[in-house]
Amino acid sequence: MGRKILLDKINVPGIKTYEVYRREGGYASVEKALKKMTPDEVVEEVKTSGLRGRGGAGFPAGMKWSFIDKKSGNPRHLVCNADESEPGTFKDRYLMEYIPHLLIEGMITSSYALGANLSYIYIRGEYMWVYKILERAIAEAKAAGWLGKNILGSGYDLELFVQIGGGAYICGEETALIESLEGNRGNPRLKPPFPAVKGLWQNPTVVNNVETISAVPWIINNSGADYAGIGIGRSTGTKLISASGNIKNQGVFEIELGVSVYEFMNSDEYCGGMQTDRPLKALVPGGSSVPILPANLIYKTAAGEDRLMTYESLSDGGFATGSMLGSGGFIVYDDRACIVRNTWNFSRFYHHESCGQCTPCREGTGWLEKVLWRIENGQGREEDIELLWSIQSKIEGNTICPLGDAASWPVAAAIRHFRDEFEYHIRFPEKVKNRDHFVNEPFEKVKHLVAKQEV
Amino acid sequence: MERSYIKQEINITESLMNRINELISHYPEGKQKSALLPVLHEVQDAHDNWLSIELQNKVAEILGIQRIEVYEVVTFYTMFNQRPIGKFMFEFCQTSPCCQNGVEDLMDYTCSKLGVKVGEPTADGQFEVRGVECLGACGYAPMMQLGDFYQEHLTKEKIDQLITDCKDGKITLHDK
Repeated sequence: MGRKILLDKINVPGIKTYEVYRREGGYASVEKALKKMTPDEVVEEVKTSGLRGRGGAGFPAGMKWSFIDKKSGNPRHLVCNADESEPGTFKDRYLMEYIPHLLIEGMITSSYALGANLSYIYIRGEYMWVYKILERAIAEAKAAGWLGKNILGSGYDLELFVQIGGGAYICGEETALIESLEGNRGNPRLKPPFPAVKGLWQNPTVVNNVETISAVPWIINNSGADYAGIGIGRSTGTKLISASGNIKNQGVFEIELGVSVYEFMNSDEYCGGMQTDRPLKALVPGGSSVPILPANLIYKTAAGEDRLMTYESLSDGGFATGSMLGSGGFIVYDDRACIVRNTWNFSRFYHHESCGQCTPCREGTGWLEKVLWRIENGQGREEDIELLWSIQSKIEGNTICPLGDAASWPVAAAIRHFRDEFEYHIRFPEKVKNRDHFVNEPFEKVKHLVAKQEV
Repeated sequence: MERSYIKQEINITESLMNRINELISHYPEGKQKSALLPVLHEVQDAHDNWLSIELQNKVAEILGIQRIEVYEVVTFYTMFNQRPIGKFMFEFCQTSPCCQNGVEDLMDYTCSKLGVKVGEPTADGQFEVRGVECLGACGYAPMMQLGDFYQEHLTKEKIDQLITDCKDGKITLHDK
């Protein structure tokens, strides 16, 4: 059994409530930080832990905190990014729904470290019932004296509120989130200035993911060094993985970073193997934005080493033969899946979610969706594969925020690893008429048709 | 679909106004615009789940901001409805993991059962089916949102039951 830091207490009956959470040792990190540590000591502890942003980018959290501008004298804010919307990811919701006080405790301890007196949790609009859970939990914490003026007699004041979004993936990008929190459209801002200097209402702001902030109490209660002792290399601590797709056990699992992909996929503690006897075809290991991996690159890297659940191992081989840990949205596909259809599905998502600010993304995502749709529906043309490649390459790197890259990478990876499947769709349109064309006749069985034509 | 002007009865009750003021109090003096999204949700919930231009103007007036500031937000975020929608809105997640678990067949089934097309309410305005993008419930696929809540691990039998429960008034849409 791997060590559990975030989900250790999740099955304790009543852990949702303040009383039980407190009885189980909750809010100890707030006591320790406010009574025995300076804010800078809290920051140092988080730096030592090696904790990396769990929203997807993997940027070291302690370092991000140390960038916050303290010289300007302007009020500082901590904003929790609970806008979880990356397809394949549903871990933050699990934490907030079942152990809401963990996030609130993390918010208080982290806000203290940053010297923030007014902090927010920005939650996606569709999680309306979780928003209510958090509002009630904040009221409980406030009634018990963990929020408000002069907390624990320390002289430190903090107000914490939840803000609800309106259904826009882009608001998970930190500057778009800030715009939305100000009551605007979620259009990302040009950086610099970074939020740590000019963020919410032009004040210094740190934006952190739910899971990142939820790891802080354990780090403070134990130590940064203890946290850094878990995991491998620069992938320290534990990570929540949202597992979905064609596996037996779908759900949220906490892993020690460094467990092998093979073990995660096949052990009964985690995914429990494939859903049916249909073979593994592909894996998206870190949410829809990251490159898809074909079966032969899942358990082993191109260099023949075991593929591990770490930031480094999953990206081993770069985009040519690797992928990314991302947000931990682990989507497994068996051979019923059509890669063209799945890529079209992702492109439709990005087209829908593009904020429309940058032309390459606004127009490009629409073109990707349209071209993929016609290939999937048997109306593809020979030149379409090159066209897709050209479009994605012109979006990547040419937009204000990473949504453009996120839309490009899955298309590029699908063409890179599954080009023959695209060719099959274009050359045998009558065979892909039904949307479940690979259910009865998996691609492996018809692959030879494409090969023959290539003479 | 043809659109004609539909008048919406506006009723900002005292309890709604209290909630709005509470939301405004979450932000510093002069930053009341930040309350726009939460306020729009509350106002929409209290007005049959849609926001007419008149209602949007009213929100602008309450928050002391320009009308255009409300319009641009309402048109940007998918959860704000600019036309009346079915009372029971079945919003199916269509993104990859749900797709992989058969949501398309379920949507077809639901539409044929209700005798509607996606995006068009039933004649009595009770039901509507819509396809939406990832709702963050990939491990519990296929799923949909109904009001403030999620309905997960859907099957045809569960859809039948939900439709019956909606008709029998057994479904709570909002968590108030």
